[in-house]
Amino acid sequence: MSGWIRDLAMGARFALTGGREGWLRTALTAVGVGLGVALLLLTATLPNALGARDARGQARWDYSVSGENPPAGERTLLVAQNDTMFRGEEVRGRRVKPEGADAVLIPGVAEYPADGEMLVSPALKELLGSADGKLLRERLDSKIVGTIGSAGLVGPAELVYVAVDDTLRPGDGVRRLDTIGVSEVQSERMDPVLLLIVLVVFIALLMPVAVFIAAAVRFGGERRDRRLAALRLVGADGWMTRRIAAGEALAGAGVGLVHGAVFFAIGRQAAGSVEAFDISVFPHDLSPAPLLVLLVALAVPAAAVAVTLLALRGVVIEPLGVVRTAKPVRRRLWWRLLLPLLGLGLLAPMIGQGRDGGEFNQWLVTGGVVLLLVGITALLPWSVEAVVRRLGGGSVSWQLAVRRLQLSSGTAARLVNGIAVAVAGAIALQMLFAGVESDYEQSTGQDVNRADMQIRVPLSAQADEQISGLAKKLADSPAVASVTPYTGSANVGDGKLQPQNSSQLTVGSCAALRTLADVPGCKPGDVFAVENPEFSDDSIAALSKPGRKLYIDPAYPGSPGLAQPWTLPAKVKKSAAGTDPMGSPPYGLLATPEAFPEGRFPALDGTVFVQLDKSQPDAVELVRNMAAAADPRATGFTLAATERSDKFSSVRTGLFAGATCVLLLIGASLLVSQMEQLRDRKKLLSALVAFGTRRRTLSLSVLWQTAIPVILGLALSLTVGVTLGAVLLKMTAHKVSFDWPSVLAMSGIGAGVVLGVTLLSLPPLLRMMRPEGLRTE
Amino acid sequence: MTAPAGSLLSAQDLRKAYGPTNALDGAHFSIHPGEVVAVMGPSGSGKSTLLHCLAGIVPPDSGVITYNGRELSAMSDGERSALRRSDFGFVFQFGQLVPELSCVENVALPLRLNGAKRKEAERTALTWMERLEVDDLAKKRPGEVSGGQGQRVAVARSLVTSPRVLFADEPTGALDSLNGERVMQLLTDAARSTNAAVVLVTHEARVAAYSDREIVVRDGKSRDMEPVL
Amino acid sequence: MSIGHTLLGLLESGPRHGYDLKRAFDEKFGHDKPLHYGQVYSTMSRLLKNGLVEVDGVEAGGGPERKRYAITEAGITDVQTWLATPEKPEPYLSSTLYTKVVLALLTGRDAGDLLDTQRAEHLRMMRMLTERKRKGDLADQLICDHALFHLEADLRWLELTAARLDKLAKAVTSA
Repeated sequence: MSGWIRDLAMGARFALTGGREGWLRTALTAVGVGLGVALLLLTATLPNALGARDARGQARWDYSVSGENPPAGERTLLVAQNDTMFRGEEVRGRRVKPEGADAVLIPGVAEYPADGEMLVSPALKELLGSADGKLLRERLDSKIVGTIGSAGLVGPAELVYVAVDDTLRPGDGVRRLDTIGVSEVQSERMDPVLLLIVLVVFIALLMPVAVFIAAAVRFGGERRDRRLAALRLVGADGWMTRRIAAGEALAGAGVGLVHGAVFFAIGRQAAGSVEAFDISVFPHDLSPAPLLVLLVALAVPAAAVAVTLLALRGVVIEPLGVVRTAKPVRRRLWWRLLLPLLGLGLLAPMIGQGRDGGEFNQWLVTGGVVLLLVGITALLPWSVEAVVRRLGGGSVSWQLAVRRLQLSSGTAARLVNGIAVAVAGAIALQMLFAGVESDYEQSTGQDVNRADMQIRVPLSAQADEQISGLAKKLADSPAVASVTPYTGSANVGDGKLQPQNSSQLTVGSCAALRTLADVPGCKPGDVFAVENPEFSDDSIAALSKPGRKLYIDPAYPGSPGLAQPWTLPAKVKKSAAGTDPMGSPPYGLLATPEAFPEGRFPALDGTVFVQLDKSQPDAVELVRNMAAAADPRATGFTLAATERSDKFSSVRTGLFAGATCVLLLIGASLLVSQMEQLRDRKKLLSALVAFGTRRRTLSLSVLWQTAIPVILGLALSLTVGVTLGAVLLKMTAHKVSFDWPSVLAMSGIGAGVVLGVTLLSLPPLLRMMRPEGLRTE
Repeated sequence: MTAPAGSLLSAQDLRKAYGPTNALDGAHFSIHPGEVVAVMGPSGSGKSTLLHCLAGIVPPDSGVITYNGRELSAMSDGERSALRRSDFGFVFQFGQLVPELSCVENVALPLRLNGAKRKEAERTALTWMERLEVDDLAKKRPGEVSGGQGQRVAVARSLVTSPRVLFADEPTGALDSLNGERVMQLLTDAARSTNAAVVLVTHEARVAAYSDREIVVRDGKSRDMEPVL
Repeated sequence: MSIGHTLLGLLESGPRHGYDLKRAFDEKFGHDKPLHYGQVYSTMSRLLKNGLVEVDGVEAGGGPERKRYAITEAGITDVQTWLATPEKPEPYLSSTLYTKVVLALLTGRDAGDLLDTQRAEHLRMMRMLTERKRKGDLADQLICDHALFHLEADLRWLELTAARLDKLAKAVTSA
């Protein structure tokens, strides 16, 4: 037993003190393993990070749970949701009015400022203070008197403001609250397909990391073998050398773990200042679950030792040198093929299950996907060997690269494995995404040909002046190409309080009404009744009886209304519904302003649709500013033809971010081993330069040497990825279709990595090609 | 000073410093076609630097190198590389064969770098390997042959382009006496038969004895020892 | 080894008594074989006869050891020629070469030149032997190799001495 410890310790000492060379190798391993560990730790933090975000999101929940407003009191707060958008970014806005000294506080707010002042999140403060935020500052022009603490933000880059507005009155859109936050929001059950996708995303991201760590612990293996041979010469036996090698691997992995912790800490700090895909994370949210940390801390060294021992299996270390089991056993195909086939076998029973078949068996999915992807790592060395053996001919650079690969195809394949696995996973997922997209990506029905923006001014007595004034201003603005005639709308009922029949009232000029519905022969003073095309609604018929007395904006319990009386004219025409640019059919009563005694709008919501002048930069923001100037509660909504499920986009976002990280990581490892190889052959390179070898020739040979295995790896990962994608689509009961753009994109990324690695290894290559390398003294 | 009449390659007053060390400090050299000149001197005296400068691998800090009437020191790096490919041959102490290429591919490499077709280059390579008595190793990789054999392959490689000047830097440094003698004999015989000049850097007298004349480098200064007649 | 040239060389630094000459010689070159007075006497008389030295003065008491000798111009030229002429490469040359090197250092001449000249001579010999070996049969080769290895040993000694000239100069002049 003490012998074991002695051998392990000796190995560790070699790793840490083995001179400049040994030290460098350990450093490379440590950085490689460290990057992998950091990525693992980051993955381990995701559950916590997402949980913390959710928790803060729940803590600032400011809707009344019961749907009823409490009576005014010392603790109550009036809240109006006043979100806006700025250049595609959401700004969470709340206008509030504390009704007592003890008004309930929004998380992150220590004290409410005075009327007309506001608190902003640090990110918003920065934006408003910058030249970029000038337009937004025009919209949010309250005096900034403080910042909102991180307790009130889900992420550091979130744009939030809380403005105090004493003009708030309870009513439409203004809620009275005496508590903020809910202990538990009813979370939607994740649907099985999404769950499947998340599972596959995690496997597709973590598998390459594992492959990468396995490659990293083998950095500099040849030199290590030579040293072990020297140890055999002074009397170590075969088992001792294995234990020493294991000790070295352990030490490397240990140092790697430390590096990983440091990288993670750095990455965690850096994460606080980075916003990717609309998500930003507080460093303190990124704390991994202890159990997962323990798992990483144990699994990584164990894997390192296992890989090292596995690598030593094919090598006989003799006292006088290393004998690679000469003429290595021809790589056999059958068991390599068995892995992916087994994977397919595991997935097969779930084919056709679809969304309605309940949850997918997580173990079968994991096992199947892992086996398929592991199959790549098993098949790649075989295929690289098989293909490279048949390559020949060509230029000197090609010959140098091919011969090199023929001699050590395993090394090349090992490095490309990570890329291949990552690409295969990503391709499969992209196919799945593309297939499932139709389910989650819904057509909104909005007609972007008719309008780009909808501006709404909320209900008030001045709605008519406000909306007509705004419409005029908009029409004059250079940012706007055209403005539709404005309309107003409100609820209308047959009683002041809680009417029996109620429907929608839309008021506008004949020109305006014509854009919404078929109103034949419309003239000022007309009123039309429009059936709801989506479901039959008796109340419309009840309400549209000529001469009937109606109330606009009737009151309901807990929600006071204006209840303006209106008597219908003697004639109410029937009309067929059309659609507005939002895609929703207006129904209920359509009236011209002349149908009202005053000849103008009653108190209503005002709506106007705008077509922007696309050549005008920031046209959207200019229009929003004009709307906000008309009424701070006005909203500007941009129309889009399609809408994606939020859940779906966040999963997709995760995949893109992860795949990018993984490919960069693998690119780095390719670079490291390329450097190592170049350093090993410094003398040879200088000798080749002495004969007059062109730099181009050697650079190209480096390119081929990376490109050949990567191309093979991509071809293989394409096959496996497409197969896996097809199976996943079948499992979710979708038609199999190939998502060529993503296949192309993934191949492009792979090619980019090759090119990047080659480009980055050129400067050291050219440096090593300097004749000084020939000097021995 | 000008190049001695009839010399193929000559150098006057070469100076070259690597950082604070003066590797060459006013060295002179000249060689005629078909001549074998030994460059001798203790380790660190600047022998190898002299060879690197003469071969156009390293440009000297100052001094003039003339090859066949052209001034080497005035050529660009590309031109010097082209000259090395076409007119010069090289043998190093440890062969420096490309480990993944077979021996015949190694020998053919300089021809291929000059743009020769693969088949043709390997045919020529094989005739040189025959002359150096290593043609039976053609298909083996450098790792599978002995040091002496490898060095003979390296000599074949250096001669395959029929260079006008052959630069040999301690060509027998890693070999035993017998193998060293054999390599030297084959090398000088082959060079003489093609009328190539040989610049032979060595610290071994028995190797230098294969030369026609020796030059001693000490502290970066060269001394041409005219044979005492 | 030429005792005459050695004694002449010793005189180059200034006139000496016969007794002094013997002592200086023994100290620097006669490590295991001190010179007899007789040898000094006979050598000096030969040099005197050849005009390479002259008697600078005689001390009371008479006898050859009491005479003070000085080197003549002809004597200096003779030493110079001797030092500049390489020895014929042959085995066991080192004692002569050593004497030459020390004398060159003692008389302020360039010992490096001397060694280079000697090396060139050795190499010339080695070239001849190499050439003969090339053309000869196995017996010739073996015989030539024997000579070559000996010459190589000498040459190695020359290299080593050349590398240690500075040290040697210090040791010789301080004694």
